[in-house]
Amino acid sequence: MPDYLFVGKSIPRTIEADKVTGKAVYINDLRRPGMLYGKILYSTHAHARIKRIDASKARRLQGVRAVLTGRDIPDVRVGFLKDQTVLKKDVVRQFRDEVAAVAAITPEIAEEALSLIEVEYEPLPAVFDPIEAMKEGAPLVHETDARGRPVKSNILPLPWKFSVGDMEQARKEAAFVTKDHVSTTWVNQCCMGTSGCVAEFDQSNNLTLYSPTNVIFGHIGRISEYFSRIGLAGKKIRVVNPVVGGSFGTKLDTDIYEFIAIQLALNTRKPVKILFDREEEFRALPPRQPAVFTIEQGCDREGRLVFRHCEAVLDNGAYTSWGATTPSVMIMPMSSLYRVPNVYFKATCVYTNNIYAQAMRGYGNPQATFAVETSMDSLAEAAGIDPAEFRLINRNQPGDETPMNLKITSCGLEECIRAVKERLQWDEKKKARQKTRGLGMASLIHVAGGARVTKSDGHGIMVKLDEFGHVDVIESGTDQGQGSPTVISQIVAEALGVRPEDVFITFGDTALALWDAGTHASRHTFMAGNAALIACAKAKRQILDMAVDIIPKIVKLNFKRMKRKDPGFAEPDLDYGLIADPEDLDIRDRMIFPKKEPDHPYFRVPISDILRNGLHVGIGESRVVAAEAFYDPPTEMLNREMKGNLSMTYAFGTTGVEVEVDEETGDVRILNLVAAHDVGKAMNPTLLLGQIYGAGYTGVGYGLTEEIKVRNGRVMNPSFRDYQMLTAMDVVPIEPVIVEPDDKDGPYGAKGVGEPGLVPTAPAIANAVYDAIGVRIRDLPITPEKILTALKQKKGGMNV
Amino acid sequence: MKKVSVSFTLNGDPVTADVPVTWTLLKTLREYFELTGAKEGCGVGECGACTVLVDGKAVNSCLYPIPEVEGRSVTTIEGIAEKDGTLHPIQKAFLENNGVQCGFCTSGMIMSAKALLDQNPDPSEEDIRKSIAGNFCRCTGYVQIVESIQMAAKLKE
Ligand code: FES
Ligand code: FES
Repeated sequence: MPDYLFVGKSIPRTIEADKVTGKAVYINDLRRPGMLYGKILYSTHAHARIKRIDASKARRLQGVRAVLTGRDIPDVRVGFLKDQTVLKKDVVRQFRDEVAAVAAITPEIAEEALSLIEVEYEPLPAVFDPIEAMKEGAPLVHETDARGRPVKSNILPLPWKFSVGDMEQARKEAAFVTKDHVSTTWVNQCCMGTSGCVAEFDQSNNLTLYSPTNVIFGHIGRISEYFSRIGLAGKKIRVVNPVVGGSFGTKLDTDIYEFIAIQLALNTRKPVKILFDREEEFRALPPRQPAVFTIEQGCDREGRLVFRHCEAVLDNGAYTSWGATTPSVMIMPMSSLYRVPNVYFKATCVYTNNIYAQAMRGYGNPQATFAVETSMDSLAEAAGIDPAEFRLINRNQPGDETPMNLKITSCGLEECIRAVKERLQWDEKKKARQKTRGLGMASLIHVAGGARVTKSDGHGIMVKLDEFGHVDVIESGTDQGQGSPTVISQIVAEALGVRPEDVFITFGDTALALWDAGTHASRHTFMAGNAALIACAKAKRQILDMAVDIIPKIVKLNFKRMKRKDPGFAEPDLDYGLIADPEDLDIRDRMIFPKKEPDHPYFRVPISDILRNGLHVGIGESRVVAAEAFYDPPTEMLNREMKGNLSMTYAFGTTGVEVEVDEETGDVRILNLVAAHDVGKAMNPTLLLGQIYGAGYTGVGYGLTEEIKVRNGRVMNPSFRDYQMLTAMDVVPIEPVIVEPDDKDGPYGAKGVGEPGLVPTAPAIANAVYDAIGVRIRDLPITPEKILTALKQKKGGMNV
Repeated sequence: MKKVSVSFTLNGDPVTADVPVTWTLLKTLREYFELTGAKEGCGVGECGACTVLVDGKAVNSCLYPIPEVEGRSVTTIEGIAEKDGTLHPIQKAFLENNGVQCGFCTSGMIMSAKALLDQNPDPSEEDIRKSIAGNFCRCTGYVQIVESIQMAAKLKE
């Protein structure tokens, strides 16, 4: 083991002290001179024609600076499939459709102005069930496509299909086959900081957008495309992150409210802030994509999977954001979680008049893994094999290439499964069964070395040192609370030879940073870490080049001084060859020294001495230290067949739970939850645990309590009181297990870890519930009502 | 709009606020005093992000009518570190033990924890969990928050 000073250590988050003193400035706290407050009027119908909008009263209200409707701004389409406009002019297709917007000098006045806008609707037939919406004759959510051509169906032109092997033959070979219908619902990301932005134009119409987005450069791309259609082509756009109050996928797309803020700012020539309240957060923010799956798997007599066949239908809602692309991530667990040679997966996204969906921690992986792992349990039972053993038989292994062409390098899945078994005392407890108690497990695969979903999956970083030895790092990623300021400072400190407290990092400013594909897909530590290593190596070389010149000068100057003080001082005979070549020098803990003699009494010099003496020299000789790197790993984008090694490495993990189910009330109590994760290398164990606990908890909520209830297109529970997020009183004993197979491509061996903890949690709970009471809940969340209903059906002799 | 003049002690200093009578303590802190540490996570008393201390008790300042603050003593997250910047043990513990991630819930969490530890210097895990039952956090799963408060109790000893 190399002897690291900072990597692998639980360095505290001192760099983020502003967050514990109330100093950190979130979008909620940001105020610009002359700033106005924007508010949005939403539709009151799921599907209707707008017959009339009268905003005249609102416009006359004192303090109102602008009222915009779809008639007041250019009719430009935005979004992934360009299927909506910023303000809706003729037709609304969901309850959250933005119909008008106001900017006023206070939020209260803006709110009052909204209530003065009169909108008359003519209701249209609506469709809320994706299966119904697929049928011929269903009401059309969109009558034309983005180019105005008439469409005949609600099915999106996004045919997600993946097929490898010979399904027919595989079915014949399978000794055991099971089929499950599985479904997952909408859940809200529940960032504690609500969404918002401030849009501000300068005199020449260059835009600064303060936005908590985690894809700052993607934002620029989308906004500049919009600009080119509203007559602002070529204007400079700068996106700046405030401190971000949670992200979890919500900040991946450029949201409609951001375009509205931009329009209001343009119209009023003032900075405009739009800040969601909690109800808007529930009603008007795209949540996690719901899906229904029909999954079949077959295995041979030895329990080896021979095929997996799955069809999914996704309720797209009325418009298309990233939710419709979650199948691209679903393909990963569908094709590559466990070894399975023949795979078929098809996902159909269907327009309905429901709310539309976006990304959430894990993207489509939690949904798909719920399907795969439910099916794994069914099949293990059919084959008469212990579910843990069944997973071990089919586990992924280092060196595998999966049907999707993922190249598995490091893989700690076996260790994870075994750790879960051991910690839960799986075999012992399975033998000595206790009524109403049960064990279940589920595993995961996820990208952990970037994810090439755009042509470049790069990450740029700049490193510069001042004459005092402070290091400025200009990161092109964003900090959403994941701990990157600490982890990146550890990496930089280790690589440069300074201390973490010497490192100052600027995140999220497109004017300063190079470029980054986005702080998503659990990619930040891996990508920024690798970029930092390259940049630091360059900067270090510059420092050492200087040191070779400067150390002898410093030493000689010192001797001169000593002689002045003490004329009898005899200059020692030094071997200057020890420091003649930068290769012979190293830096550690702020000190530069010869490698051969690290404690040399004269050649061991503080880094700041070199930097200062290198700078304050004179014309033609002064030097500064700065380096940049753009790390873009040799990965592949998915091809037409949806194959490609899109990440440098993959994360694996297994969650096991023991539950107790109360058959009277239907309550599920988690007695123990073991989350074993292959993380490559734990860069900062304490921070790493925070990711596992946090994601695990959200996963438990996904499994047991959380659901946005949407009835006829309307969100029925838009508050924390009615949306059941877990609180501190919901004690879940999570026991993390860190598996470190050391990844050859990760910075210091690290892999990404942000999303994995969430992915296998819900299916592990579902499988444990089945083990406990013999009913399988295939529809998330696993509520007491569903359990009681299923128990009743079981008693009545129905097969569940 | 009708205004009120409310005098109270804010982080140790005597202050007077002249604000609309309908304002809450949270709005007054954030808008009038520009103390933005207390956050609005819901505005309706359901999330605890706005927690401050009034006469030593943790309250949801988003529900607290400003006229009722008259004569009382209010402490916010900005008022618990030493004047020289030395952090309060709870603040230290949250940094030390990863009790903070995005930080949006943190001000409220720390204030709830302070109300608890001021009353009960040696709380059980159950006491701690109860004291933050009304403080929601999406990032941490509460585990390291509970541990941070336990650590703070030790640091305070
Ligand atoms: S903002 Fe006061 S409880 Fe949520
Ligand atoms: S740290 Fe993000 S909500 Fe608690």
